[in-house]
Amino acid sequence: MKDREPLFSSKNLKLLTNPLNDDNPITVQVLGICSALAITAKLEPAIVMTFSVVVVLSVSNVVISLLRNYIPPRIRIIVQLTVVASMVILVDQFLKAFAYDVSKQLSVFVGLIITNCIIMGRLEAFAMTNKPWPSFLDGIGNAAGYGVILVIVGFFRELLGSGELFGWPIMEKLGIYNIGYEDNGLMILPPMALMVVGVIIWVQRAKNRELIEDK
Amino acid sequence: MKLLRNYINKIKPNFEKGGKFEMFHSTFDAIETFLYVPNTVTISKGAHIRDTMDMKRSMIVVFIALIPSLLFGMWNIGHWHFLAFGEDASFWMKFGFGFLKVLPLLVVSYVVGLGIEIFFAQKRRHEVNEGYFVSGFLIPLIVPVDTPLWMLAIAVVFAVILGKEVFGGTGMNILNPALTVRAFLFFAYPGWMSGDSVWIAGMMKKGNEVIDGFSGATPLAEAAAGNIGNMPSKLDMFLGVIPGSVGETSVLAILIGAVILIWTGIGSWKIIVSMIGGGLIMGLVLNLFAANPYMELPAWEHMLLGGFAFGAVFMATDPVTATQTEKGKWIYGFLTGVLAILIRVLNPAYPEGVMLAILLMNVFAPLIDHYVVGANIKRRLKRVKVKS
Repeated sequence: MKDREPLFSSKNLKLLTNPLNDDNPITVQVLGICSALAITAKLEPAIVMTFSVVVVLSVSNVVISLLRNYIPPRIRIIVQLTVVASMVILVDQFLKAFAYDVSKQLSVFVGLIITNCIIMGRLEAFAMTNKPWPSFLDGIGNAAGYGVILVIVGFFRELLGSGELFGWPIMEKLGIYNIGYEDNGLMILPPMALMVVGVIIWVQRAKNRELIEDK
Repeated sequence: MKLLRNYINKIKPNFEKGGKFEMFHSTFDAIETFLYVPNTVTISKGAHIRDTMDMKRSMIVVFIALIPSLLFGMWNIGHWHFLAFGEDASFWMKFGFGFLKVLPLLVVSYVVGLGIEIFFAQKRRHEVNEGYFVSGFLIPLIVPVDTPLWMLAIAVVFAVILGKEVFGGTGMNILNPALTVRAFLFFAYPGWMSGDSVWIAGMMKKGNEVIDGFSGATPLAEAAAGNIGNMPSKLDMFLGVIPGSVGETSVLAILIGAVILIWTGIGSWKIIVSMIGGGLIMGLVLNLFAANPYMELPAWEHMLLGGFAFGAVFMATDPVTATQTEKGKWIYGFLTGVLAILIRVLNPAYPEGVMLAILLMNVFAPLIDHYVVGANIKRRLKRVKVKS
């Protein structure tokens, strides 16, 4: 009998860490941009969004992976959608019950997790052909890779746009307004999220030149 | 002069490949070609003729064309400052006051912008491009005089890096860098960029009281509010004795610049003419509807208001961001004029539409060129006869 692969073998760990770095869903695969623009004006919704996506993606990855041998290929997209939709509804209800304010802020974007390309992408590309445990890790890794970018963008946009972090007026406490500083209104506008993501992509590619696409 | 040339020739080897200061080659090259026309000559192959009119020389013409606007703007800033605070002042006091107000803006714009340019040129081992010479000069002319210097610096960093260097530097940018600075300031710090008190030096400062009955509103703002009667006389608007950004108030000074640009062939007269034509036609169309006093404003008066003249002469004609084809220039200028008046009159959120119109058309310029070239190819293909 074949040796069982350890739970955290190096191959499995890669599933977890790659999306955080060289295979990041936002900056390298350029997926899930829309929600990155919509909910990163402040840090709190960005973090809540991250956790929602972690839950939705990891659980649906596992479910689809368990079902993968029973899903007729022709209707696989519908099955995937059903699973994701159920998860999204669960998360949405959970947020409404326990984090009503944030849920209000995120408004339709929780429901729109279902359209997040990262989720369908991972189900199609990974969960359909892999066992549940690697699928679970892959889900967490990709959602976290997505979340890292959200948090970085959210951090800069909230800090420079409203002078706060998690709603705490850090710029005011530091007394920076007294020397003439003012919040940058452009940071709160959606285009700036795109530019911050662009700058992150630039920095990442400058560090790792292999990521630069061929012309 | 000879001395300088000899000195440069003497130190030149140090900056060439293998020299002591090889890493500063870009900086050295920038200074040398700024001072003297480069001595590159046409090789014997090919039919190109190399003119002494290189990019640095043509930039300097734009520079000269801008000087009337700058000088007038300095006087105008002082004039309105002393008027607002009810002080009498001589011509030179007004000019001196304005000079001291505008100078820091110029210095910040150049130091920050050129600093970034040189940094990128060194890093990429390019020559330092002269593109920023004109942008750096334009920037202080199109912002309100009291713009805090740190804001200007941030805006310049933003515009030069994200508006220009990421696309590959001078000649590759999609948007006009000077207008990108203004757009950044406009959206990031709206409180400093519009309103009735930003245009007069000293009026934004708390505790400074203007004299009774003084309003710093620009004619454009009065028109937008429907107070056509409050607008200054046409002559004042033409001469530029009105509140506004530093260099854009005087249509007369801009016209002098326009003559220089058109005469030397550096600015495209087609863009200027078609943009004014577009603005006039849009103005006339609005006159037809005439739903409010602003829409009834005679179309030609729009040319005197706000940044229209400045935008048409110095911004829309930017050779990098405008269309390249001759037919495209007509289309580009016309649409810019139409959009400028359309945004200005019909969108209450943006009191001045020229900036947004030019930026928008900058984005569309390559598309216009694409179709103009395509149409030309199609037209000429019809003449081709295939021999069977």
